[in-house]
Amino acid sequence: MENAQPGHIKVDLSFSDLAQTSASLNVNSCFQCRKCTNGCPVTFAMDIYPDQVIRLVLLGQKERVLKCSTIWVCSACETCTTRCPNEVDIAGTMDALKEMAVKEGIEIPQPKTYAFHKAFLDDVKKRGRMFEGKMMQSYLLNSGELFRKVADGSIKEEISLGWNMFKRGRLPLLPKGIKAKKEVKEILR
Amino acid sequence: MKVSYYPGCSLEGSARDYRESVEGVCKRLGIELVELEDWNCCGATAAHSLRHRASIELPGRNLVLAENAGNDLVAPCPMCFNRLKAAEKSLLKAPTGQYRYNIEGKIKIWDLADFMARQEVLELIQPNVTNPLEGIKAVCYYGCMTSRPPKITDAENCENPMSMDLILEGLGAEAIDWPYKTDCCGASHVIDRPDMVFKMVGRLYQRALEVGANCIVVSCQMCQANLDIYQDRIGQQLGREFYLPVIYFTELVGLAMKERQVATWLSRHFVDPLKLLGDQGLLG
Repeated sequence: MENAQPGHIKVDLSFSDLAQTSASLNVNSCFQCRKCTNGCPVTFAMDIYPDQVIRLVLLGQKERVLKCSTIWVCSACETCTTRCPNEVDIAGTMDALKEMAVKEGIEIPQPKTYAFHKAFLDDVKKRGRMFEGKMMQSYLLNSGELFRKVADGSIKEEISLGWNMFKRGRLPLLPKGIKAKKEVKEILR
Repeated sequence: MKVSYYPGCSLEGSARDYRESVEGVCKRLGIELVELEDWNCCGATAAHSLRHRASIELPGRNLVLAENAGNDLVAPCPMCFNRLKAAEKSLLKAPTGQYRYNIEGKIKIWDLADFMARQEVLELIQPNVTNPLEGIKAVCYYGCMTSRPPKITDAENCENPMSMDLILEGLGAEAIDWPYKTDCCGASHVIDRPDMVFKMVGRLYQRALEVGANCIVVSCQMCQANLDIYQDRIGQQLGREFYLPVIYFTELVGLAMKERQVATWLSRHFVDPLKLLGDQGLLG
């Protein structure tokens, strides 16, 4: 776990407002009780804790929060947002930061997670609904996972999973599109 | 009873078992599910992670369709339910013109388990229970999205939901109380961070066994997939063998009512529930 270094940061109080463009995230109400972090089920995989993300936003440490793994590791279970005594929407803030990191072209520390979200939305954009088979194909290709799995032999597990789903009637081969494809495309443009 | 029905994308694919059991059971109970005409994907985690506006407008479009249809809307998928509710709250408070869609808030959005746990529906089920589920010792696993955050879901008790527990008791099964009802399974991280999901799901199995459960009952196809498909591999990692069938509550309702298709639904799972149900004499 990384420690903040007092005395070496330049505080920017305007960032917390910028980070809250799209929703009422209430970041400024945080009094650092750390209830969010204590209830979080995925701190074991985070590089900084949820309360630290909020604190860094308040201090205007834009680069550090946009580059951290935590915002991508968050599983959006909403436990933090539910339990916060000051109604800070911590999970929503993680989302706003992800969106900002992508817009600003930050190198994403969890590229597979981003690749999954992107493959999902690209698929919805095509047909108006998500088709699991196609979405997984483009995820495996775009994330580089296909090549890694072929190289280390773990592609066998993917093939076996696909076959087992198919055998059980749970892997349709043809997608269903909707009539209002254009409208959905417009939403996701 | 007639309601609008939003199955969502995974019920068209990998969660076929859930879809078949939802539709089979509702038909039997005289609940008419009218599928929303030309519904679109809710955007799920991907949209709210990357595109806030789209995460409101995608489900927003479905809400407009549902308001035009006029009936209350039922969503079996907790993720879809959560996104529909999030869109409802945002659209109702947003100034006109902020989003592409406007709604009036005149219909109610139901999570399927909550919808079916109402007295009215329990009374429809009760006379049909010809195969009481004695020997089923279940922990009900609700996951995140029907509960949290309660400002969005309007959940009555988001830390201790009871809908499936109530339904199971009515079927003659034992619903064991446990503390992990609403703990997260890791959801779509199973694709990009399976290491995280395996760790989270392993904890659920161990706790379920500690409280004496012989199966886990769910209402979410994401939870079902994460707990069911990888049980072997998670067991290998933890150095122990698990046998915990992960069953949809609708499948159990069907079983208790001796629906003919139950074995077909259950045969689509990875951890075979038929062995447990056969051992308990519930398949005869």
